[in-house]
Amino acid sequence: MNREIVVTGVGAVTPLGVGARTLYERWRAGESGIRDGVGAANEFEPTDYLTVKEARRSDRFAQFAMVASDEALAEAGWKDELPYDPNRVATLIGTGIGGIGTLEANHKLMLEKGPKAVSPLSIPLLMGNAASAAVSMRHDLRGQSFATLSACAAGAHAIGTAARMIQTGDADAVVTGGSEAALTPLATSAFAALDALSDLGISRPFDAQRDGFVMGEGAAVLVLEDGDRARERGATILGRLAGYGSTSDAYHLTAPNKDGIGAAGAMEAALRDAGFGPQDVVYVNAHGTSTPLNDRAETIAIKQVLGDGVPVSSLKSAIGHLLGAAGAVEAVATILAMRDRVAPPTLNYEHPDEGMDLDYVPNEARTLDVNGKPAVALSNAFGFGGHNAVLCLEVE
Amino acid sequence: MAATITPEAVEKTVYGALPQFGVDESQISRDATFEELDVDSLDLAELSQIIEDEYGVQLKGDDVGKIKTVGDAIDLVVSRAG
Repeated sequence: MNREIVVTGVGAVTPLGVGARTLYERWRAGESGIRDGVGAANEFEPTDYLTVKEARRSDRFAQFAMVASDEALAEAGWKDELPYDPNRVATLIGTGIGGIGTLEANHKLMLEKGPKAVSPLSIPLLMGNAASAAVSMRHDLRGQSFATLSACAAGAHAIGTAARMIQTGDADAVVTGGSEAALTPLATSAFAALDALSDLGISRPFDAQRDGFVMGEGAAVLVLEDGDRARERGATILGRLAGYGSTSDAYHLTAPNKDGIGAAGAMEAALRDAGFGPQDVVYVNAHGTSTPLNDRAETIAIKQVLGDGVPVSSLKSAIGHLLGAAGAVEAVATILAMRDRVAPPTLNYEHPDEGMDLDYVPNEARTLDVNGKPAVALSNAFGFGGHNAVLCLEVE
Repeated sequence: MAATITPEAVEKTVYGALPQFGVDESQISRDATFEELDVDSLDLAELSQIIEDEYGVQLKGDDVGKIKTVGDAIDLVVSRAG
């Protein structure tokens, strides 16, 4: 990356509560947001943050994004006035599925009461770009806005693409992240039919007894700015997005390449983009879904790129899989963890699996020794369809 | 069966629907404009749907463009009676 990309604000709504610090601090303390096998954002009450009109004009996934964006913009010091020409601020919020809750509710109405019962708000609420649109309107951001749609890599793709917008000069700043609200009967049944979900409802990434992922919901939003511009205006810099790499497996609709080739390629590309070598990386925030296939392939990829000495942990052990929001939520948690020089834990890790012998930071957070250097971390996100997106984050 | 259209009945329906869209009940009157109430085209599309469901009267396109006040909407529905 040539123009420096910095993060000046973060926000999150997750199963661990409302707020980015709440997410990170609870995860670091080993708390879990998973109840009865589901990672629901139960502490989120839309009308605590949104007017009745705003709440009913948005699917839950857009509501999450709006509330996370409020937090991120406030932290960046953007709350009262945008520090940039609004035409130069872009919005890019990824999602895996979009407003599937709205889709299901209206489909039910159509079947039960006929086509005239379908709400005129259906399409504007369910469309995959609805979260980006809501955030753009909420904060008067008039640069380009759209959504990335790449299943469970969508949040990371959004952040990486946002950085490129600044680097190419298309924007001075971007409000970006990912959002998902798919704890619905159809989405849950569909993932279960794929045998992707944990039968026991336990998220235990990398453990020998892992049997699938636990569904979660939420969003995270980051404010990215050109480093020079951010410093000029005296912004507090939380960290740098030092590099971004993305590849495709071109292999299978749902399964990762078992040798982790695409994942490794994305990690290498992110490091190359950042100008770092494997020895610089002090922590990996794994995609770590708790599925048998992902965790094995990802372990192989990490070993190939970084060797077996680097601490690796998965936030999904504490909140489940937030699908299109995962990459953004995990990037936010990683930045906050690197600020504290802490590797947060992989919860529920008890039984080492054969051939999977990385340092998974089991069950307890650990202080990282970075020898006085900036903390460099990778945050991995991989999606159905073979989409791989990796962010390289650097924190002074 | 559609309900019988009377000015009172339609007013009750409209007054009952608007708060669902986030309108402050105390601001609702026949003379209040939809603009003042922050009722936009999407809200009117929903209101039209509620009215059609209850009275079988369709308000579409040009109709919605012509109504400015709550009273306009009620009068238009009543004028379509029968």
